[in-house]
Amino acid sequence: MIIIVNATEHKVQSTDLAAALAELGYAGQAIATAVNGSFVAAADRVGTPLRANDRVEVLAPMQGG
Amino acid sequence: MRFYGTDIGSPLLLGTAQYPSPAILLEAIRACGTDIITVSLRRETASGDGQAFWDILRQSGCRILPNTAGCHSVQEAVTTARMARELFGTDWIKLEVIGHADSLQPDVFGLVEAAGILAAEGFRVFPYTTEDIGVGERLLEAGCQVLMPWGAPIGSGQGLRNPDALRAMRAHFAGVPLIVDAGIGRPSHAAQAMEMGFDAVLLNTAVAKAGDPVAMARAMAQAVGAGRLGCEAGAMEPRDMAVPSTPVMGLADLA
Repeated sequence: MIIIVNATEHKVQSTDLAAALAELGYAGQAIATAVNGSFVAAADRVGTPLRANDRVEVLAPMQGG
Repeated sequence: MRFYGTDIGSPLLLGTAQYPSPAILLEAIRACGTDIITVSLRRETASGDGQAFWDILRQSGCRILPNTAGCHSVQEAVTTARMARELFGTDWIKLEVIGHADSLQPDVFGLVEAAGILAAEGFRVFPYTTEDIGVGERLLEAGCQVLMPWGAPIGSGQGLRNPDALRAMRAHFAGVPLIVDAGIGRPSHAAQAMEMGFDAVLLNTAVAKAGDPVAMARAMAQAVGAGRLGCEAGAMEPRDMAVPSTPVMGLADLA
């Protein structure tokens, strides 16, 4: 199915957030996630279902003022 | 100086954006002796571009103050704060809810609403606000224990554009930690804020975009130190007319 990760379309086989992140190469990284605008804690990624066209945000530390 | 029960040594909070290189950022952090650095969250690639920055943050040894920069709604700011708490392992959050794209002026209505939501969830909120005393009161009622009025628009380097209002705010919130956040461009601006009795200043661009960021970091540290000392020493009141400092008694008649 197609999901939107950081505003870019990706085709994934996985149907939950944790598996999709691993499939996309994010495994082991220090990231924070949200699905359709709602925060999803790391502990909840397994078991958070993804549906076609869901918007996933994957954020990491960045310089800021 | 204490923010949310935590003792802080340096009255200079430093942003981490726009430096010429990561090495210069680290050197500037060390040169100014700050205890607190601000950071943000942005989209990550699968190649892990943000992970190297994470390593720099750890090396700095500073306390992390994540921000919600770029958020224009309560929902965006609250969600970003929740993500930051997990990622950085801190309940401190510099709360920005931007109300106007060009001036980056805070949306004070959204700010108060977001502050209330986050404070109820246990966040220690550092709200980027204006010098409006009424808004400050609402933020305290919402659960904030620190206020961060702007000196001037973010990144403008214009200094304290409304010193009378800032002075009134300082006087009104006598027991509340106040940090001037945004608009500081020069060491004299930072010293002025500290002379007025503010507890700290938060700045970024003034150091990052200086010709020599490390030297400017050092200058800012000296400025906030001098300003604080000057405040504690008690400055004289200005006078309308000249008053000779050299005694006139005993002056020779040489006319």
